[in-house]
Amino acid sequence: MLNLIRQGWRPLAVLILLFIIWELSVVVFDVPKWFLPAPSDIFTVGINEWTEYNQHVFATIELIIIGFIVGSLSGILVATLLHLIPVLRQSMYPLIILSQNIPIIVLAPLLVGWFGFGMLPKLIVITLVCFFPIAISLLGGLQQTDRDLRHYMLMAGATKRQMFWKLEWPSALPSLFSGLKISATYSVMGAVISEWLGANKGLGVYMTLASSSFRADRVFVAIFIIVFISLLFFMLIVWLEKRVIRWQASEKRNTNGSS
Amino acid sequence: MAHLDVKNISQSFGEQEVLEEINFSIDQGEFVSILGPSGSGKSTLFRIIGGIETPTSGDIVLNNESIKNQPGSVSYTPQSPSLFPWRSVLDNVLLGQEIQGKRDRDTALQMIDRAGLSDYADAYPYELSGGMKQRVSFIRSVLSPQPLILLDEPFSALDEFTRTDMQQWLLSMWEEHKRSIVFVTHNIEEALFLSDRIIILSNSPANIQREMSVSFERPRNEDLLLSHDFLEFKKEIYKEMRASHLPS
Ligand SMILES: Nc1ncnc2c1ncn2[C@@H]1O[C@H](COP(=O)(O)OP(=O)(O)OP(=O)(O)O)[C@@H](O)[C@H]1O
Ligand SMILES: [Mg+2]
Repeated sequence: MLNLIRQGWRPLAVLILLFIIWELSVVVFDVPKWFLPAPSDIFTVGINEWTEYNQHVFATIELIIIGFIVGSLSGILVATLLHLIPVLRQSMYPLIILSQNIPIIVLAPLLVGWFGFGMLPKLIVITLVCFFPIAISLLGGLQQTDRDLRHYMLMAGATKRQMFWKLEWPSALPSLFSGLKISATYSVMGAVISEWLGANKGLGVYMTLASSSFRADRVFVAIFIIVFISLLFFMLIVWLEKRVIRWQASEKRNTNGSS
Repeated sequence: MAHLDVKNISQSFGEQEVLEEINFSIDQGEFVSILGPSGSGKSTLFRIIGGIETPTSGDIVLNNESIKNQPGSVSYTPQSPSLFPWRSVLDNVLLGQEIQGKRDRDTALQMIDRAGLSDYADAYPYELSGGMKQRVSFIRSVLSPQPLILLDEPFSALDEFTRTDMQQWLLSMWEEHKRSIVFVTHNIEEALFLSDRIIILSNSPANIQREMSVSFERPRNEDLLLSHDFLEFKKEIYKEMRASHLPS
């Protein structure tokens, strides 16, 4: 915690400075509120209207959590299968990489066409968005186990199953977590985008409504909340990573030591 | 009756012939060093004995049974300590047993204690020094159920004194547990100090240049390293190896 404060105060100071400049500019140049509201206005609206818009926040968070869980589980499952079955890997891996080049946003209208405006198309969007980073990085981790450790396991007569659970899976955990961290932020973005396409609740809806009624202040409230949720979610994964990967967390702290 | 028989092992990688007609045997409880220049194929030979690499020709026999291509028959310590970073010292040491079936936690703790690592039983490998890691790695080999231990240059990354300490520790462990050990090194002194017998490999392709018995009395201690006989022996081996090692 102390570490966080020690490292975090500089960017925080810059951020506060930016807000002050922003606030002053709005006042000095007399910018109209519908064009660019001052941070203090945004803050006031955010506090005062909380009871009106909190249902949107909770709807989005729910969507993110469900989507993230489904997306990560399928990413983990697919990476594991591709790793364990070489034929599958050789035939599917290039396709997965290729499909990553399709922007999810262009798929979204199609999904709505196919599955309607319910929860399902939104979940599919988030799942797809979360799936790739996790599948790719976990597969990378599973494939790149240390050669000497591998030789040790083989010579000791390890079965394929022991090889996976005692060597490949634990050594891929750091990669899995870097995938999870990317997906955590992607899933927030995915959720908001999927709500733009049509929903009756959620931050995406709230934003669309706000911008069509020229309430820039509400748009900014939504943006700040989205950033905050992303950050929170990211920190949750980092915290989980520290709990799970204890054999490395402290190693990174004194990187200058010999290994 | 030989315990391990390495019969006519040859190995090549594409055009490059690495091992040529390697023949030797190890008796029960014997400590044998294989001495050879860097890149001569010592690790390759170990991987073949360990059953994870197929030789071009020849056979490996342990207790009258062929173990060619049969992993799990010998206990092996790779060139680097190869500890599993996510396992504590205790769990690392038990890995060999775990793979073969049963864990004997109490004996493991005793051995960790004997190695002077009792405070580190729950520590992760990154918290250990190089010498400590080597000790852990060796304990893992000793605790593994296989009767033959292969050690691939375990001390090459240590300083002189740590190295001598580790060698003495290794000898005491070996004398206590009476397992057969094949020890790979390119350090002449180390081979002399530790072994009953030394097998000298020549360079590319490696074949057995000479085999020598080392009859210094056991238990051996540091003083031996500076004795006249020891140094004479070292000189002889040095000349032998130098002759075959062409300057590059
Ligand atoms: N899988 C492989 N494919 C191709 N060449 C290999 C392979 N494994 C080993 N070699 C070659 O075989 C030779 C011997 O390698 P090896 O690692 O067995 O030597 P070494 O005696 O253990 O050396 P060092 O003392 O440096 O550890 C080297 O020239 C190496 O390039
Ligand atoms: Mg080697």
